[in-house]
Amino acid sequence: MLRTVITVDTFDFTRIRANFPILSSEVRGKPLTYLDNAATSQKPTSVIEAVEHYYRAENSNIHRGVHYLSEQATDAYEIARRKVASFIGAHDTDEVIFVRGATEGINLIAHGFIESILTAGDEILISHMEHHANIVPWQIAAEKTGAILKVIPVNDSGELDLEAFQSLLSERTKLLSIVHISNALGTINPVKAMIDAAHARGVPVLLDAAQSTPHMPVSVSELDCDFMVFSGHKICGPTGIGVLWGKRTWLEKLPPYQSGGDMIEKVDFEGTTYKGIPGKFEAGTPHIEGVLGLGAAIDYMSSMDRIGALAHESALLKAATDALLEIEGLRIIGTAANKASVISFLIDEIHPHDIGTFLDADGVAIRAGHHCTQPLLKRFGVPATARASFAFYNDFDDVDRLVTAVRKLKKFF
Amino acid sequence: MSEDLNELYQSIILDHNKAPRNYGLLDAPTHKAEGYNPICGDKIIVTLQLDTERFKEVRFQTASCAICKASASIMAVALRGKYLSELEVLEILLNKLLAGEELDGNALSTNSDLAALSGVSKFPSRIKCAKLPWQTLHSALKNPI
Repeated sequence: MLRTVITVDTFDFTRIRANFPILSSEVRGKPLTYLDNAATSQKPTSVIEAVEHYYRAENSNIHRGVHYLSEQATDAYEIARRKVASFIGAHDTDEVIFVRGATEGINLIAHGFIESILTAGDEILISHMEHHANIVPWQIAAEKTGAILKVIPVNDSGELDLEAFQSLLSERTKLLSIVHISNALGTINPVKAMIDAAHARGVPVLLDAAQSTPHMPVSVSELDCDFMVFSGHKICGPTGIGVLWGKRTWLEKLPPYQSGGDMIEKVDFEGTTYKGIPGKFEAGTPHIEGVLGLGAAIDYMSSMDRIGALAHESALLKAATDALLEIEGLRIIGTAANKASVISFLIDEIHPHDIGTFLDADGVAIRAGHHCTQPLLKRFGVPATARASFAFYNDFDDVDRLVTAVRKLKKFF
Repeated sequence: MSEDLNELYQSIILDHNKAPRNYGLLDAPTHKAEGYNPICGDKIIVTLQLDTERFKEVRFQTASCAICKASASIMAVALRGKYLSELEVLEILLNKLLAGEELDGNALSTNSDLAALSGVSKFPSRIKCAKLPWQTLHSALKNPI
């Protein structure tokens, strides 16, 4: 039924779905309808095989062995770094730091700002729609340094109040740390304009691209942000690996985050000198399998028609939004004009947890809860929402199954 | 409609969710506590009046799912007039139910509403929802006003 509504959708998702083994599986005796992509993406065979291949054929520590395997692993690791640089439009590969995920990336910057940038009375500017990962590190930074956390408000549609943003920028602002796409609402923020405005006031910008990298090409050189973070597992890579990118001048200025092996140049009890970037920020044996898996994920994402993928996701978003809004008592939280394929919804007085469990019985996996954005949900006066989030590999059958399951649930409660 | 789902949302549970007993807060409680589930943001406030070792009344307020609300409602009814020592007996029963253990007919028949929580055992992610009111009750007991 829904399929006929969509006229322009040329993205070849049938071929793409076949690349993801889990998508043809069943849960609770029903075909899996995976709509929790904002939490984590599924993995294509090429990523699964890259991780397996590392352990079968390449396993060795990097940056320290003179033997064949170590050289192979080191090469593969550094090639992955180059793939990341190219994926995010960075010209200088050394500016790519491997971390555990977007959360650790933000913590690394917050740590550096606490140690060497922030003093009492300085301001850090974030928004009301940040993930807890882009709130709590700055609260701690404020507590430790006496800096003040300022928050850009959000309007009823779930868009940033850009006028308020302008007035919140001041000579005391030491950093703007802003989310590109809201994980809870799907709002796509006008970050290019915000970065330009911040730079006009001499304010550096950290971009949380955890939710944008899965949906669209994100180029740090085009956006001209100063730092950017994202997580591998949301772009079809393994968990536990992510990227912090920063401009060289900034990364050289900031102190090491963790210390130990592999990040030093020379250790002496009289004093230790550190490696330059990126090594300075990568203490200890890294998540090698994760980096290689991330490299394979980037190869996969880059082999795809990403503009076509985005158009396909937009078509899914429109079909699902239209069909869900026909259901009486259902309301969508987050109705920004510019939105990624994320739908946060509520139905009458039915608690999102009950919605989640009920849909799960029909094989439909969604997220129910506060999505690590408690201040944002409080702004909308709700403690939790049900959230369906679509990826490029979802299809219109997934939309049908979601809508059918929600209709069934309405009758039950 | 799967059988497990029917067992989870038994009519007793749905009834307690739609029309929770002892809903609201006591004006002059002897004990009070708030409980949160940090994973989902569920919130419950439990107030109670304890007369020496005996529950005179338990009342609660929630912003939570059906399982949490029903469990709170069942708890509030079950505790009225009970002694503190009887709470432990009820909780042993609850924990057995949530672990999916078989119970003898006698225990079930005297606690039929509580027994309706047995369906939760098939949904591990929901066990914390059923437990939150009881955990909050314990916080309240440690928190005399």
